[in-house]
Amino acid sequence: MYEPGRLNGEVFAEQLLLRLFAVHQKRLIRLMIARTPLNATADSSPSAPLAPGTVAPDFSLASAPDATVRLSSLRGRPVILVFYPNDWSPVCGDELSLFNEVLDEFRRHDAELLGISVDSVWCHKAYQEARHLGFSLLADFEPKGGVARAYGAYRDAAGTSERALFVIDRDGVIRWSYLSPVNVNPGADGILTALEALPAPTVAPR
Amino acid sequence: MSPRLVPPVGPDDHESGSPNAPVTLVEYGDFECPHCGAAFPIVERIRERLGDRLRFVFRHFPLAEAHPHAEHAAEIAEAAGEHGAFWAMHRTLFEHQDALDDASLVRYAAGVGLDAEWAAGALAAGTFMSRVRHQFMSGVRSGVNGTPTFFINGMRYDLAVNERVLLATLESAALASSPV
Repeated sequence: MYEPGRLNGEVFAEQLLLRLFAVHQKRLIRLMIARTPLNATADSSPSAPLAPGTVAPDFSLASAPDATVRLSSLRGRPVILVFYPNDWSPVCGDELSLFNEVLDEFRRHDAELLGISVDSVWCHKAYQEARHLGFSLLADFEPKGGVARAYGAYRDAAGTSERALFVIDRDGVIRWSYLSPVNVNPGADGILTALEALPAPTVAPR
Repeated sequence: MSPRLVPPVGPDDHESGSPNAPVTLVEYGDFECPHCGAAFPIVERIRERLGDRLRFVFRHFPLAEAHPHAEHAAEIAEAAGEHGAFWAMHRTLFEHQDALDDASLVRYAAGVGLDAEWAAGALAAGTFMSRVRHQFMSGVRSGVNGTPTFFINGMRYDLAVNERVLLATLESAALASSPV
């Protein structure tokens, strides 16, 4: 492309430089991903999270030492399932902390947010208190990762769940699912977009 | 998942540098976040280095549950912004991350020329709360997933926040969009 007042060589050099940076950014990201154990599972059997349209497998998991949550008991309300590898992620502004800040927006859709990892109820309790999390953390502890497996969100090599998100509608059907690279916080935008796309509750007055 | 800045930089934003700069760097940050504190001198040096070629915009992304002072710190910066002192307050807050309690915030407000009583009242009444929340939610919708998150000419920057890489990326973006 010819641009008046500029040398073609200059334009070319600039394009080349841009290309280099784009490649560089991609390579760095790939490197970061490759350094995590995700790579170990990627070769054998990559996880495939249950797809939209699938009836969400029911489960009953401990949410506290003396309480359990059954998914089917939440029928009539949208449910957000957040599978994450482990409690005590060392970064600030991690995935769960971010979702915690966005809870009001989720509640505007009457949605219930449930965090799920293979950690025990006691571990969850300490983590929840330390981070002031305003939603339930479920212990997918025995059989270990059983629910994560049912949702196609378990990493065998690591022995933890994937970083996977599911939005389930009021009738218990998965409407959106997303598998994030395990070291990438997926953010809340996808969940909000999925909630906005759900049909309004049928009880609404005409 | 959109890694694009929504809404784009507009009249409600706090910006420094030249409005006609070929490259715009937007930071979503939290005044109490140590990573943002670490990024502050990097961004300062880059602003100095690029001069008129860079427009820098700061938007609030306080992780209030994790950082108990972050919300009020963001609000006091907005209060300062009402009196043309946003950037002075921005600097003060990042230079005093270890003392962001309300009494300190009001003292900083007085330090940048605000009426201390008015500033204390604005914090107590939550005068600037909705403005901060609005910026936070724009970050959520833009794919901000932690702090600091940077956008260069509207695209999320996913590389390491170190001076060399950030500067090189900004330089190339400036080249790509510089006027003929």
